[in-house]
Amino acid sequence: MELFTPDFGLVFWMFLAFAILFLLLWKKGWPAIMNMIDKRADLIDKGVEYAQQAKDQLDKARQSADRILAEARHRQADILREADHMKDQIVEQARQEARSAAQKEIDSARVAIAQERKEAEKQFRDQVSLFALDIASKVTRRDLSGDKAQSKLVTDLLDEIENKN
Amino acid sequence: MMKRLSTILASLLVAVVAPAAVTAVDNAVADTAVSVMAPAGTAHAGHHEAEEDFNPKDIIFEHLGDGYGWEVPFNHHRRIPLPVIVWGSDGLHVFSSSRVAHGTTYRDGNIDFKIATDGEYKGKLVEIKPDGSVSRPFDISITKNVLAILFTVILVILCVMPLGKWYSRKGYAAPRGFKGALEALYEFIYVSLIKATLRDQARRFAPYLLTVFMFIFIANLMGLIVVFPGGANLTGNIAITLVLALITFLITNIFGTRHYWKEILWPDVPLWLKFPLPIMPVIEIFGMFTKPAALTVRLFANMMGGHIIVISLTLIIFIFAKMGVAALSGATVVSMIFQVFMLLIDVLVSFIQAYVFTMLSTIFISLAQEREHENHVKEDHSGAAGTVRMPDTAN
Repeated sequence: MELFTPDFGLVFWMFLAFAILFLLLWKKGWPAIMNMIDKRADLIDKGVEYAQQAKDQLDKARQSADRILAEARHRQADILREADHMKDQIVEQARQEARSAAQKEIDSARVAIAQERKEAEKQFRDQVSLFALDIASKVTRRDLSGDKAQSKLVTDLLDEIENKN
Repeated sequence: MMKRLSTILASLLVAVVAPAAVTAVDNAVADTAVSVMAPAGTAHAGHHEAEEDFNPKDIIFEHLGDGYGWEVPFNHHRRIPLPVIVWGSDGLHVFSSSRVAHGTTYRDGNIDFKIATDGEYKGKLVEIKPDGSVSRPFDISITKNVLAILFTVILVILCVMPLGKWYSRKGYAAPRGFKGALEALYEFIYVSLIKATLRDQARRFAPYLLTVFMFIFIANLMGLIVVFPGGANLTGNIAITLVLALITFLITNIFGTRHYWKEILWPDVPLWLKFPLPIMPVIEIFGMFTKPAALTVRLFANMMGGHIIVISLTLIIFIFAKMGVAALSGATVVSMIFQVFMLLIDVLVSFIQAYVFTMLSTIFISLAQEREHENHVKEDHSGAAGTVRMPDTAN
């Protein structure tokens, strides 16, 4: 049957045409396409690998960041606690210092007051003694011998008064 | 699914052929009945005269076969003339096929040529000797199928070259549209078939395998387009598949490794199987030739089958036409539905057959590429070869 007997002309042309097609595509067509497919596959593989690595690194970075953060928080708490403590100390110290300063102030004031008082007392005494002398002189003008024995008397009297006070 | 479908189609075919035979007998045209049985019937001129007395088998085989002209739509008598190139008994003759159309005899130089209407060379150009006998000249005419090969080659080139150009211009950029689809196709074949099978040898054989795939795929699809420049039954012609299978055979054996030849000529079997009576080597050598034979017949038979089914479905309309308007209308509707369905299946089959041919070629080549160092697992190796050969017997 015709269908099952290959025709020579067709075999000849088919071989020729296919050989030309193959040689053309072998040299010019397929290498570019195969190169590109291979290269792109490599590129994608590498890209996936890079992405994997990047993800790992990111995970690692995130872990270390978390660790650092936790540490920082811990330290912050420590510092805060310490600061609190220190603050208390400082306040206490300041308070003490203030207290001692105030005490000193008070003491010196007291001393000054005592001195003033002494001074004032002395002045007062002098004044009083002068007054007394005046008075006495006025009293004793008629009997103005005005000497030392009398002023001594007055002084004594005044001492007496003072001591009574 | 496919089995049930083929059962339906087979019964349809029976339905096509049976009424034809019945009609022929009813019309009492004995030679028609004879020509249904045997194509080399003697009285063909008689049944060409009667319009209604048509022979489905002749029509089917005319459409399946090669021709010196290419049919045009809506005109059964006119053909696109193609150059006839023959080497007659006195030298080269080149003339248009329109000179010998419709059985006319053409005198070129001193020799009469005509297309034989019957006899051994039916449908072929023959040289008429002075004594009336015919002989077949050396014929390398540009027939319908040769032109179809040319169209297919051009289309394959157009499908491959622009993509290479794109890469040289755009680098890594992925092509869009049709080029993108082609790239996906090539990548599918190259990566998941050729590279997966041949591994480090893939680059050596991929150009051939990809070319074979594209050639068969485009030829198959072109065969489904019913009008010029499609419609030629290219891959359903045994000459085409024979050439492709022979090239695979040559590549397989020329590039075969030492190990491959050792496995054929001195296989690893008990000595009495190969000496003094070389039973296994004979079987292996026989196996060398069954592979390309299987390749040839599988593609040819599958594609021819698809064409026969579609043409048969078309012919149903003409067979039922004689049985009245109702039968004609019914047959037309049913036939059209089935034809569209079959053509859609054939689009799938076009791809599958191209893929299968490429896959088997890849496997045959890879079996001849086995190296000595892969030999350390002998049992494993023979088992694997057995499973790889499985597709050979399938289908």
